[in-house]
Amino acid sequence: MEKKVFAKTNGLVDIPMRYCPGCGHGVVHRMIGEVMDELKIRERTIGIAPVGCSVFADEYFNCDMIQPAHGRGPAVATGMKRVRPDCIVFSYQGDGDLASIGMAEIIHSAARSENITVVFINNAIFGMTGGQMAPTTLPGMRSTTSPFGRDPKVAGNPIRICELLSALEGPVYLARVAVNTPANVVKAKRAIKKAFQVQIDGLGFSLVEILSQCPTDWALTPLQSIKKIQDEMIPYYPLGEFKVPEETKTEDKGKVSAG
Amino acid sequence: MGERTLMKGNEALAEGAVRAGCRFFSGYPITPQNEIPEYMSWRLSEVGGTFIQAESEVAAINMLFGASACGARAMTSSSGPGISLKQEGISYTASAELPIFYANVVRGGPGLGNIAPAQGDYFQATRGGGHGDYRVLVMAPNSVSEMGNLPKLCYEFADKYRMVTMVLADGLLGQMMEPIEFNFDPVDPAKLPPKDWALGNADGRPRRVVRSYDLKPGFMEKHVWKLMEKYKKVEENEVRYETAMVDDAEILIVAYGTSSRISKAALSLGRNENIRIGLLRPITLWPFPMKPLNELASRIKKILVVEMSAGQMIEDVKLAIEGKAQVFFHGRPAGGIPTGEEVLEVVKKIMGTGN
Repeated sequence: MEKKVFAKTNGLVDIPMRYCPGCGHGVVHRMIGEVMDELKIRERTIGIAPVGCSVFADEYFNCDMIQPAHGRGPAVATGMKRVRPDCIVFSYQGDGDLASIGMAEIIHSAARSENITVVFINNAIFGMTGGQMAPTTLPGMRSTTSPFGRDPKVAGNPIRICELLSALEGPVYLARVAVNTPANVVKAKRAIKKAFQVQIDGLGFSLVEILSQCPTDWALTPLQSIKKIQDEMIPYYPLGEFKVPEETKTEDKGKVSAG
Repeated sequence: MGERTLMKGNEALAEGAVRAGCRFFSGYPITPQNEIPEYMSWRLSEVGGTFIQAESEVAAINMLFGASACGARAMTSSSGPGISLKQEGISYTASAELPIFYANVVRGGPGLGNIAPAQGDYFQATRGGGHGDYRVLVMAPNSVSEMGNLPKLCYEFADKYRMVTMVLADGLLGQMMEPIEFNFDPVDPAKLPPKDWALGNADGRPRRVVRSYDLKPGFMEKHVWKLMEKYKKVEENEVRYETAMVDDAEILIVAYGTSSRISKAALSLGRNENIRIGLLRPITLWPFPMKPLNELASRIKKILVVEMSAGQMIEDVKLAIEGKAQVFFHGRPAGGIPTGEEVLEVVKKIMGTGN
């Protein structure tokens, strides 16, 4: 008797992705696709593709998609969700998009506790434009606009988005996860699913920050990249849940813990 | 249809939009248009709509991008400096072919300028305003009545051509009170034809994508030519203007909005003195009434453009008449408001009857 142990998710369009070898986007896309399937929400989900590498997400997610201006995803999500509260709306954003040009939009949509889900890819670099410094680039880390390494005296220190948003009353679910090991991938998917569930339950704003690797712009091999996440990213950006909805606090305790 | 009531221009504009089916408004405070968001903040809740005071003009226009992509009749409003900030979203909206409506209640500029009525945003409005090749359909009311009745036309054009439409008013039109009668029955948005491109419940249909880009070589060029085809149809079909006493006119004043009201006063004063003044008032600033103006210029050899700016629409007038007449200008930028007498003096000088 054959047992099916693996299948393609219906949440993704069955075409090849353009992402670089070793990039974290593909894994995260797949997890979102699976979550849409598992929660049976694909047919009523609208996704937002950001400006950046993952602008291509509008070709990959098998749901209605929209591609707005750089950083404005949460504002667009606000408009969509208010008009179509029956739909599930998620905004997929990178660190340049969310933590730099889109800082006002993310903070205010979180403060209003818009009932949307944000998937925030933190790879500490501007990917598509060729590896410039992001607001999340680590101190000392080289980029094409910090060729001698990020100097906090000049460029400031990296911004920790989950901690920043934790100061607000609005967010209902905030978690930071990583996709550098199988164990962390499993935890990341659990967090994504929880974030979508928060929206389905109408509880308010949810965001999952995902530490992800960018071998091309980090000028590292994929293996070196996942090691960098473990050795350099996670110490600065600790994993875990920063805010959880009241009713799930006890039962889910420890499910997504520091990695 | 409704009763004749007394309303402030900004409130008439907001009420007109709601009656035209607007169910989503996002905006940010700026004088002299604050009555619009204030009115929307309570009025939309009466009809089951949504009002959001956005964190910025940039966020406001992008909320519209989302609301409109889901099929809602949506609106934002601002004044010059805020409209500058919205240009990013307007360009994206034009490229994504989303039908939106917004209003600019113009104040004095450039910069923070002042809060006095002005017409210095003509270039910004009629040239698109943001980056890339696109057009915005611009309607210019000159009364509170038109402030209330033009939004419906704007929504109809927006839906028909899937394009950005706007009302270009000014602080005077926004702040003054006049009688108004809405010339249409309230629109029930639920009864509007379904939008076969709008995002929302897929329910078995193929997925839909709203995007403003195409990175495949040559595809964006094709897309822009498609937009241009659409705009050509707008130019052919949707020009609106009015004329007054042009039949025997020896001089033609071209003015829009508040300037056209002032020019009408000059026309009456002049006619009392047997000075044969005519008036052409563009109601759509884009598409501009090129052809009617060109025809008038074959007959009337002196044209005076009156604007509350340092001279912006005059460029369109010159383009329209192809050198057939002499063009004169009287303008008062950044809050200067000409009077009828002032305009008449200019006319007299041009006609050689003044001192």
